[in-house]
Amino acid sequence: MSYILETRDLTQVYGAGTPFERTALDHVNIQVEKGEILGVIGHTGSGKSTLIQHFNGLLKPTSGEVLLSGHSIWDAKGKCDRKTRFAVGLVFQYPEYQLFEETIAKDIAFGPQNMGLSATEVEKRVREAMDFVGLDPALANHSPFALSGGQKRRVAIAGVIAMRPQVLILDEPTAGLDPAGRDEILAQIQDYHARSGATILIVSHSMEDIARMADRLLVMNRAHVMLCGTPREVFAHADEIARAGLDIPEITKVIRELNRRGIELDPSIYTVEDAVRAIRAYKEGK
Amino acid sequence: MLRDITIGQYFPGTSVVHRTDPRLKLVLVIAMIVTLFLASGPVSYALLALYILSVIKISGIQPKMVVRGLKPVVFIVAFTALLNLFYTPGTELWSFGILHITDQGIRVAILMVVRILLLIIGTSMLTYTTSPIELTDGLEMLLSPFKKVHLPVHELAMMMSIALRFIPTLIEETEKIIAAQKARGADFESGNLVQRARAMVPILVPLFISAFRRADELAIAMECRLYRGDVGRTRMKQMKFGAVDALTGTVSVIVFAAVIVLGRFGW
Repeated sequence: MSYILETRDLTQVYGAGTPFERTALDHVNIQVEKGEILGVIGHTGSGKSTLIQHFNGLLKPTSGEVLLSGHSIWDAKGKCDRKTRFAVGLVFQYPEYQLFEETIAKDIAFGPQNMGLSATEVEKRVREAMDFVGLDPALANHSPFALSGGQKRRVAIAGVIAMRPQVLILDEPTAGLDPAGRDEILAQIQDYHARSGATILIVSHSMEDIARMADRLLVMNRAHVMLCGTPREVFAHADEIARAGLDIPEITKVIRELNRRGIELDPSIYTVEDAVRAIRAYKEGK
Repeated sequence: MLRDITIGQYFPGTSVVHRTDPRLKLVLVIAMIVTLFLASGPVSYALLALYILSVIKISGIQPKMVVRGLKPVVFIVAFTALLNLFYTPGTELWSFGILHITDQGIRVAILMVVRILLLIIGTSMLTYTTSPIELTDGLEMLLSPFKKVHLPVHELAMMMSIALRFIPTLIEETEKIIAAQKARGADFESGNLVQRARAMVPILVPLFISAFRRADELAIAMECRLYRGDVGRTRMKQMKFGAVDALTGTVSVIVFAAVIVLGRFGW
C-alpha cells in the first residue's frame, strides 16, 4: 500500500543546542491517502505549520523521513528536488501578502513559469486557475493590489493551483474573511477537489469549517499526532480534544449536553443535518 | 538564517549593567570608542579588553551570544588584518612578489583586529543590555539641549525606536515571504548576478507593501491615542541617576583615563 504523502518518525527541533531549543515535531507518523481531503487541526504552536512545511521540503527534518508517492523527498546528498515543490502546492496563511506582479495574470503565472513551461501552456494554466477560484477572466490584466482582500486571496490560491499540484495544502485559507467569503472559498476548494481529484490538506483551528468538508481529520497537539481518523471517530474523543484546548463543533456540544440529561444520542454527531435526523428518530422511537 | 543576526538585539536581565542609566551607558560607549583610538600599545589594549570582558561577565550575557554577534564582521576584520599585514612599512621579514610582511605589519595587524573587535563588542554590549525604548529615551534626553535650536530631537528618537521595534517583525515577515515564494518554485540560489537580483523582486515588492501597510496602521493607532509629539508628554519610567550609576561611571572613567595615559607613552 503506497500513500501519496507519508511521514516516518518525522522530528523537527528548532534552535538545537541553544537555550531556545524547542521540539516542534516529535516522531510524527502520518499517512495521507490519494484523493482525500484531510483536515489538520491544532492549537497555535502544536506543530501543524511546521508539519506542512515539511511536505514540500521547505524545512529539512532533524530526523525521520517524508515520502511523496513512496519516495523520500530528500535524496542521498541531502538535497530536495524542486519538483517536490511543484507536486505539493503550499498556500500559506494570508497568501495575499505574497502578491508582487503588475497584473493578476502575471502573478498567477509565476509558479508555472518557474516550472519551465511553454508560454502557451502557462497562459492556459492561468486561465484554468482563474476559473477554478472563480475570478472573472476580464480581471486578468488588472493590478492585484486594486482588489478586495478576499479577491486577492483567490489570486494567491490560483497562483498555486496553476502549478497543478498533486497535493494542495492550504494553511488557514479562511483566516480573516467574513462568513460569506469563508463559505465561498471553502466551496471553491471542494469544487476544485471534485474537478481535479487532487489530494487536499486544510489546516485550520475552526472545527466547524473543517469537519464539514474533510474525509479525515488529523489532530495535532504538542508536537504529536493526538488523533487521526474520520470526523466521527475523532469527535467521539471530544473530552481529549477539549483538554488540548480545541473546540468541538457547536452541534456536538448540544448532543453531549442532551446525553448528560439522559437523552441518548450518538455522541459523535458533528453536523446539524445528522443531529436533526437523530433527534427525530429518538422522538419517534419513544 | 536571518534569525542569527544578534547585532542590535536586546537580552533582558537584571544585572548592574542592565540597570545602569541608559544616558550614562551612551556617554560611556562614546568615551570608550574615543579611548579605543587613543590606546596604542599592548598594555593599554589589554586593560581596555579586561574592562570590556568584565562588563560581559557582570552583565551575565552568555559569551557565546557575544561571539555569535561577531560573525557578520569576520570578513571586514580579516580584510583589515590582511591589508595592514602586507602594506605596513618596516623591517621586512618575508616577501613574495608584491606582498611583504614586516615586523611592524604584524604588530599593526594584531592591534587593528583587537581594536575592531573591542569596538564591536563594546558597542553591542550597549544594545544587548539596554532595551530599545530605554536607549531612545536616553538619547532623546541627552540631545534635548538641541531642542533650543529647533532640532526635532523627540521626532528623531521616536523614528529610531519605531525602526528598532520593527526589525524583528520585518525579519519574520521576510522569512515568511521567502518560504511562500519558494513554495511557488522561486529559485534564489542559482543563476548569475543579474538573475539573482531579479529573483529578489518577488520578495522585495511584498515586503515594501507590508512595511507601508504597517506604517499606515501604526500611524492611525498613534493618532487614536492622541499622540502629538513631545509637548506635555510624560513618561511611565523616569530616569534617575543613582548610586549604581555613580559607581559605574567612576570606575569606567578611571579605566579610560589609565588607558589614555598608557597610550600616550606608547605602551
